[in-house]
Amino acid sequence: MEWDWEFVREIMPTLLDGLRITLLATLLGSILAAAAGLGFALLRRSKSRPVARTTGVVVEFIRGTPLLVQLYFLFYVLPELGLLLSPLTAGVVGLGLHYATYTSEVFRAGIDNTPRGQWEAAKACNLTPYQTWRHVILPQAIPPMIPALANYFVAMFKETPLLSAITVIELMSEARSVANSNYRYLEPMTLVGVLFLCISLIAVPALHMLERRFRPTR
Amino acid sequence: MADWAGYLGLMLDGALVTAKLTVLGCALALPAAFAAGLGRLSRVSAVRTVSVAYIEFFRGTSIFVQLFWAYFVLPLMGVTLTPLQAGVLALGLNVGAYGAEVVRAAVQSIGREQHEACIALNLTRWQSLRHVLLPQAAVVMVPTFCNNAIELLKATSVVSLISLSDLTFQAQVVRSQTGSTALPFLTVLVIYFTYASLISLGMKALERRMTRGLDGLRT
Repeated sequence: MEWDWEFVREIMPTLLDGLRITLLATLLGSILAAAAGLGFALLRRSKSRPVARTTGVVVEFIRGTPLLVQLYFLFYVLPELGLLLSPLTAGVVGLGLHYATYTSEVFRAGIDNTPRGQWEAAKACNLTPYQTWRHVILPQAIPPMIPALANYFVAMFKETPLLSAITVIELMSEARSVANSNYRYLEPMTLVGVLFLCISLIAVPALHMLERRFRPTR
Repeated sequence: MADWAGYLGLMLDGALVTAKLTVLGCALALPAAFAAGLGRLSRVSAVRTVSVAYIEFFRGTSIFVQLFWAYFVLPLMGVTLTPLQAGVLALGLNVGAYGAEVVRAAVQSIGREQHEACIALNLTRWQSLRHVLLPQAAVVMVPTFCNNAIELLKATSVVSLISLSDLTFQAQVVRSQTGSTALPFLTVLVIYFTYASLISLGMKALERRMTRGLDGLRT
């Protein structure tokens, strides 16, 4: 089978449309993963044992099971419980929660790395727990975590094709539909791979830059 | 309700396929990881280039794209694979690329003095790798390989999309036949989680075995 540039030119706009949705899902998923990951990390450090224990079990369970099945679960089971999510919403929630279990470990490590003296100083200054977290611990703990977090966001980007399984019209499903309607798989599938590779390759130097920028100074 | 036994049987069939994919995928990923990881450290620049290209390509594109490419595009080039073969190929090579970085990092983490000792003893490169560096590096690799194996297990669910009847596929079948959604998906999630726990337990046992007698050697 020959590579057909004419066909490539024809399908490129459709694929780029799909790429937009892919990037949107990655962006929203990353925001959710960062927020929920911080939530998980804080809950796991909760003083109440049952809360900490339950969060631990939930996080382990989400991390030990495939994202695809979780997406199906969100997409098919929740509507039965009366919660109807649009495909994109279900996809973003699935991606976000799945990766939150990974980012929560990053947050945990970052928080544990804050020197004891900072906690003691906060206590000595009579700060409330909220003030301690907000003004002392998190501002120090978060910058060194940024490269590790960004790493997971790139990984999430590569998992977005799974959203096509729950009918989100992103890059992969656009490619599959043009492939199916034209009976040509070579160009669409290869282009999807190339687009993913391009963005990942752009992400690598960007990650190195982040690492240099936020290198811990201690 | 009487049909449940039948549906459960269907899902157990799927569980078997998933187990097979995971084992075969790991069996391909492990040699791929060692070949590419050590290839990256080779003195021959051609070997290094090939290894880096393999690693960057498979880490840079998604497993999903690789699987579809193996299943839909390779036949156009005259290589026809069954869904199982395509699945094992894509999973093994993908996870192998991640594993290669683990191998490289582990070998590089062995202290300089070990390299120097090998040179002092006049060992060939192969001898020092085989008898000195790898036995020590392997211990460092095990925990990360455990994570990689679990990632591979989770990635097997993607093969359901190229119509291989694994666990996820069977859950979809049961869903479409019974209209019940919560039960099949919860069952499947629990089975995956059990598998992941088994891998993790097995790797912990392996790690304990391998570190036996190494205490105090590590600084």
